[in-house]
Amino acid sequence: MTVDTTLADLSDTLFSVSVGLYSLAVVAFCAQLAFGARPAAQRELVGAGAPVAPAADTAAPAAEPPNVRRYGAAAMVLTVLGALAHAGVLLFRGLAADRLPWGNMYEFATAVVLVAVVSFAVLAVRRPALRHLGIFVLAPVVLSMVAIGLFLYAEAGPLVAALRSSWLAVHVSTAILGFGIFFVSGIASVMYLLRVRHDARVAAGTATAGGLLDRLPSPVAIDRVAHRTAVFGFPIWTFAVIAGAIWAESAWGRFWGWDPKETWAFIAWVVYAAYLHARTTAGWRGRAAAWVNVVGLGVMVFNLLYVNMVSTGLHSYAGVE
Amino acid sequence: MTVTAPPREAPAPPPPARPSAGRRAWNLWVRWWRRLTAMRTAIILLFLLALAAIPGSLLPQRSLSQSAVARYFADHPTLAPVLDRFYLFDVFSSPWFAAVYLLLFVSLVGCVLPRAAEHYRALRTPPPAAPRNLLRLPDSARVDTPLEGTAALDAVDEELRVRRYRVVRREGPGGPELSAEKGYAKEAGNLLFHLSLVALLVALAGGKLWGYEGSILVTEGQGFCNVFQQYDTYSSGPLVEGGDLAPLCVDLEDFRAEYEDDLTASSFRADILFGGPGEEGRPQTIGVNDPLRADGARVYLTGHGYAPRFTVVTPGGRTVEDVSAPFLPTEQSTMASEGALKLPDLNGDADSQLAIQGFFAPTGVVQNGILTSVDPRPLEPQVAIVAYQGYLGLDTGRPQSVYSIDAEQIDRGALSRVGSANLAIGETLTLPDGTAITFTGYSQFAALQLSHDPGQVWVLVSAIAVLVGLLAMLLLRRERVFARVGPAAGSGGTVLTVGSLTRGGGEGGERFTALTDDLRAALAARVPARPTPPAGGAPPDPEVPTP
Ligand code: HEM
Repeated sequence: MTVDTTLADLSDTLFSVSVGLYSLAVVAFCAQLAFGARPAAQRELVGAGAPVAPAADTAAPAAEPPNVRRYGAAAMVLTVLGALAHAGVLLFRGLAADRLPWGNMYEFATAVVLVAVVSFAVLAVRRPALRHLGIFVLAPVVLSMVAIGLFLYAEAGPLVAALRSSWLAVHVSTAILGFGIFFVSGIASVMYLLRVRHDARVAAGTATAGGLLDRLPSPVAIDRVAHRTAVFGFPIWTFAVIAGAIWAESAWGRFWGWDPKETWAFIAWVVYAAYLHARTTAGWRGRAAAWVNVVGLGVMVFNLLYVNMVSTGLHSYAGVE
Repeated sequence: MTVTAPPREAPAPPPPARPSAGRRAWNLWVRWWRRLTAMRTAIILLFLLALAAIPGSLLPQRSLSQSAVARYFADHPTLAPVLDRFYLFDVFSSPWFAAVYLLLFVSLVGCVLPRAAEHYRALRTPPPAAPRNLLRLPDSARVDTPLEGTAALDAVDEELRVRRYRVVRREGPGGPELSAEKGYAKEAGNLLFHLSLVALLVALAGGKLWGYEGSILVTEGQGFCNVFQQYDTYSSGPLVEGGDLAPLCVDLEDFRAEYEDDLTASSFRADILFGGPGEEGRPQTIGVNDPLRADGARVYLTGHGYAPRFTVVTPGGRTVEDVSAPFLPTEQSTMASEGALKLPDLNGDADSQLAIQGFFAPTGVVQNGILTSVDPRPLEPQVAIVAYQGYLGLDTGRPQSVYSIDAEQIDRGALSRVGSANLAIGETLTLPDGTAITFTGYSQFAALQLSHDPGQVWVLVSAIAVLVGLLAMLLLRRERVFARVGPAAGSGGTVLTVGSLTRGGGEGGERFTALTDDLRAALAARVPARPTPPAGGAPPDPEVPTP
């Protein structure tokens, strides 16, 4: 098996194209926020413990000037185009090497970011109010992509023997999906924390209303996005861990051995379980729970970067050059 | 709580009967039990569990690599023993790690069992009576219909049953009413999830108690049987006895490694024969991701390497033909390997034993007299050997590695270096005393691991149950719908009030709108079928107005 270099080069070109498109999307989202009207004061139901069904997303500014709406629409179009180019990166990688395009950290991380972008795009298409979060999703996406391109890049190449298993498809795909969804969830929780702090400051008179943060959807709506996505990601992550254990049983002779990667997958799982608990526990809802979610994202990123690059384990995803 | 001094004049209140010691202990216990099984305790314990796992990934662990721990001890001679006192090299089997997860699981059981009992009762009792004011519920609607009250409720009843609600009708103070509930499986999912976690822990523990694992290097043409004495290393649970080991022997016939053009390893395969002791072996090929599974034991191919072969001829005319020893790969990408061959009985006397310490290169290149390996495939096998003669010290009682010569014997002068050479296949090193060492070729060896874990299947079953429970808990919604009918003011028709409550599910709004739309349609569909209008009412409009 040889690597088709034309396709591999096409994949690398598309990587730059997608970074470019995402950067333009960031600019457009920025314009939407900067020129957008401050959304009308929102009805916020702060549940007093009982499971109050919060008001539907009322955060959408009632009348956004058409030019601003156009910025938002342009940003979405750029995001989707960027995601298509981004998908092309993986597609042509896979075709070039004739295998699933997640055989090393570069490919894995690229796929995670793609899932994050697609999750956000789906949310933003279904609830236009969430487009105001766009810049806060796409800016980290651009930064991640640049970092991936700079530090994780690996030439297209064949897989080592241990990775040649159909469990690669099952385990790694679901891990990528879960991670990408948690990425969006974590960002939503960060935005929630920023927005709540800002609102508190405005209420205390130490900050003035009218800034960028005021144009975000209401804290309740952002928090709900964070919870929804985490609820969606958690079973997927659970499945990914179980699938990994099944694979480990056939590849390494034990289904669980506290290899560093396994340990951190477990830690992340426990932290997300704590988040879901916190969301339903009086005294933990709101900011405390959001912090737990942010810690969860931190654990996921640590697991990807530190554990792959610094510690040695069976999971050493060879190929960081 | 505020404490005020009692007025002097007031007669002292009778002192509350001091509860008995048993009673107090019980109260204390109940208080602590409540505290332990509270949700906030669960969150804290989950956090502690995550924190407790961290040192297990940052410090070397004995369960993963004894040698990494030994290296850590060498690098940090003062710190390491302190860390060791706190089990930081055995985190996952440490008492404090166990304390955290056992507390968590006690909390879990204490939290979930009462919920299970409550759920059982809920399954057997009809949905609760409708609250007084339905319009206060998060989702509610009023529907006017010309139908008479019972008929209107019938329509609601049917619509809800189609949606798989459990429905009861009651005669309430405000008129005929209906309560309906669905989504019991959500709570069942929660219980299944949490209890399956307990099952998973039990299965894990069972596997640890009754499981065992042994590993061994086997050179082509050789084999082993499943008894502890034969393994290079083994570990077994406290309840395993030697006689419990699955009767299984494995012979390695052939080992093959294949590589891509860029030398990425693409497959490792070992052809083995397996069967009970003394039986004719059955052939099978095992490989990475593809173990042998037989009779409760699994045999894995976990590594491979080369075992160079030598023929030694002594000046006394004694010939030892084709002896080999496995050399351990020091570099996976080129399979450069190191090892030692010890011949204690060569001359029959303890002071003229022979040992060869060597370096094997499957594809060797010699530059400035130094041999290196450039390819993992055996295209140009070469060895660099150093020969020692003297006393090997094998019977001193001090353990020594089979892959190297005891350096202390050399330092002590018991062993002395008598020659060295780089040899290609067929070449010979002749020592000063006339002993000739010829490199005659190589065999390959496979690192095999035999594992037995009786809990494994149960761990898998529990894990699947965990996932099923989780999906049910997260995807289903527990919903209650209430409806009440009353006479409409004036017109003589009926006012139907419907309200719904979704537990733990966030938005029920859209579904409630869909439900009320269907209700209106269903009510409308029933109207023309009724021949006469209610007394005193206007004839019903064939086109029922939708309110
Ligand atoms: C091994 C530890 C545990 C894990 C991994 C775990 C995980 C979870 C998860 C993922 C949920 C779903 C939350 C949601 O519906 O969004 C949940 C719900 C729940 N857990 Fe746990 N849990 C654990 C221990 C406990 C303990 C110790 C308790 C009791 C103190 C508990 C009580 C509950 C309850 C009551 C719910 C339902 C919350 C609701 O529906 O409002 N869990 N758990």
